[in-house]
Amino acid sequence: MSRNVNINVNYLTRVEGHGNIVVKIKDGKLDECKLEIVESPRFFEAFLRGRSIFEAPHITCRICGICSCGHTLASIQAAEDALGIKPTEQTTLLRKLLLHYEELDSHILHIYLLVAPDLLGVPSFVPLVKSHLNVVKRALKMKRLCNELCDILVGRHVHPISAVIGGFSKLPSTQDLEQMHGKLVELEKDMEDTVELFASLRFPEFERDTEYVGLINDEKEYPLLYGDIGSTDGYRVSKYDYKVVVNEFVVPHASAKRTKWHRESYAVGALARFNLNYEKLHPKAKEAATALNIKPKCINPYLNTVAQIVESVHCIEDAKSIIENIWQKGINYDEIVIPDINQKGAFPLRAGEGVGAVEVPRGLLIHHYECDERGIITGANCVIPTNQNTHNIELDMVDLIPKIMDKSEEEITLALEMLVRAYDPCISCSVHMIDLRID
Amino acid sequence: MSKPKVAFFDFACCEGCQLQVANLGEMVLDLIDIVDIVEFREVMSEKWDGEFDVSFIEGSITDEHAVERVKKIREKSKILVALGSCATIGGVNGMKNSFNLEEAGRYVYGEAYKFFPTIHTKAVHQVVRVDYFINGCPIYQPEFLTVLKCILKGLPYYVPEYPVCVECKLNENVCMYDRGLTCMGPVTKAGCNSWCINNGNICYGCRGLTINPNSQGFKDVLKKFGIPEDFLMKKIEMYNKCKELDES
Ligand code: SF4
Ligand code: SF4
Ligand code: SF4
Repeated sequence: MSRNVNINVNYLTRVEGHGNIVVKIKDGKLDECKLEIVESPRFFEAFLRGRSIFEAPHITCRICGICSCGHTLASIQAAEDALGIKPTEQTTLLRKLLLHYEELDSHILHIYLLVAPDLLGVPSFVPLVKSHLNVVKRALKMKRLCNELCDILVGRHVHPISAVIGGFSKLPSTQDLEQMHGKLVELEKDMEDTVELFASLRFPEFERDTEYVGLINDEKEYPLLYGDIGSTDGYRVSKYDYKVVVNEFVVPHASAKRTKWHRESYAVGALARFNLNYEKLHPKAKEAATALNIKPKCINPYLNTVAQIVESVHCIEDAKSIIENIWQKGINYDEIVIPDINQKGAFPLRAGEGVGAVEVPRGLLIHHYECDERGIITGANCVIPTNQNTHNIELDMVDLIPKIMDKSEEEITLALEMLVRAYDPCISCSVHMIDLRID
Repeated sequence: MSKPKVAFFDFACCEGCQLQVANLGEMVLDLIDIVDIVEFREVMSEKWDGEFDVSFIEGSITDEHAVERVKKIREKSKILVALGSCATIGGVNGMKNSFNLEEAGRYVYGEAYKFFPTIHTKAVHQVVRVDYFINGCPIYQPEFLTVLKCILKGLPYYVPEYPVCVECKLNENVCMYDRGLTCMGPVTKAGCNSWCINNGNICYGCRGLTINPNSQGFKDVLKKFGIPEDFLMKKIEMYNKCKELDES
């Protein structure tokens, strides 16, 4: 059959930021296929130069509203690394807690508001208010609970206030700990219903093997806040060698910068973490995985959403144990810090370089700074999860399209949109490095 | 009477202010009860071709394409609202304006910088007429709801012209200056209920200046606290660099 199809999805909806999908099928053959990033770049790395490294977390979390706690944590890690500041045990625990809240908040937004409408066959959550009011109510309630958790811990979820270089500018009271624990117990119940709902929904079937990349370490817990960079192909390097991993290259027929490690492309995110560190998940999360019928190594990219559900169960359980742990130890309020730009000289300064590598909801995030002896930033680089996934998404599309070529144009478009959405791309972040392709 | 048609559009920004709206939790249901949200790209696939009763613009204007796009939205909108500091004052995107644009582009994208044509960051009102301003990076939800009520009732909303300190004093926080730190509260517009200070941090000035940084009044403030001028100018630039465009 010879068939010509042109698909142009302008301003892909229900993803963060602006992306276009362009697919051309000529005489029944795939002629062109690309995911374009059309967001206006904001030049964060450029304008960080000349500012105090103590301001970096405040500024860089504004790269993305959805993963702003993740950017904050990666930025703090890079800055503390450059300055030689070692976080205390209490600080590390609270940062892990914050990161769990971040994964939860973002995963729930993605699972319910961004992906569920596709699986239930509607264009957004609005029609679901009529058809699935309970689901919508649960989603909004879970979202609210996540926000409240962040409000208590760091003042707000979008651009956390009290997570700073050196620790926290405010520490939770025992009452705060109690409240957070109560909210997590509430979330736990809703999460059970979530697992049940998604176990009953059908995800598209499609498989393509790729290299899955994420943090790994030798500790017992599921690595999110620190570790080396590892892959499902068995490789492992220190975070300082991240450039070896992200290995940017330019596609010959275009000006787009992409990343690859040992294969043509690689993937980061919940599915990558699930594939790399399944053994370290909380037993309840493993139960959820069984209920959802997913096991490692899973190579269906559409199931990234399912991996997010499994991770959400893990985050709720682990957050509860962290709070119980902090409770038992008691909080040391002498650790409160307000670094501002260190005009009081509370932290010793030095010229240096630091790298932060953190697993944020969409995958591995790197911040890398250089500063002079006054703590003024002289160089900055951020590697965003979506940048690392773009090439992998495109290769998925190239593999998928011939398999669904006989479907209607609407069906092909929806399948591709769902594929892109499954990766939960955060395009407002990725414009930092990804280049627009000009034909 | 049919419900007012409301849309959200994002320009260069982090989309955190839209998220603050989506984060209203169950209140979102009340919201869609009284207004008809016809476009909200971050969470909806629906699109609307007609006129908008109320358009919320998030983000700054940073390229020619955006200039054209926001002008078109203005033509189709009865009421246009700048949502969040990127839109109302240029916000963090303004820091770019201190650099040579070509050099900044090269630094981030290498030789491919040419594919990212950019112009000096502008706040929305520096390109089209704006009817309502909601400051904040991110917006403060209670203020968003207040402004929304004003819009729906056809009443004006006056952005507070008094500084964050007024709210901070009511919240009985210990002043950061008494702790030897520099807080932007005295020169920043209130409306956030001194959000950051309540959480132990200083105010970074995200809601915009109450006074002109070049004014004598401002210099008096600096003198009063014994702060070197260039030190504070750098802090002011974090959110307020685009203010220069209003003055030129
Ligand atoms: S004002 Fe701040 S929170 Fe709102 S979109 Fe801009 S950067 Fe994000
Ligand atoms: S802490 Fe800041 S906002 Fe509060 S009173 Fe002092 S200067 Fe004003
Ligand atoms: S305290 Fe200052 S920086 Fe914080 S939200 Fe209010 S105006 Fe913005």
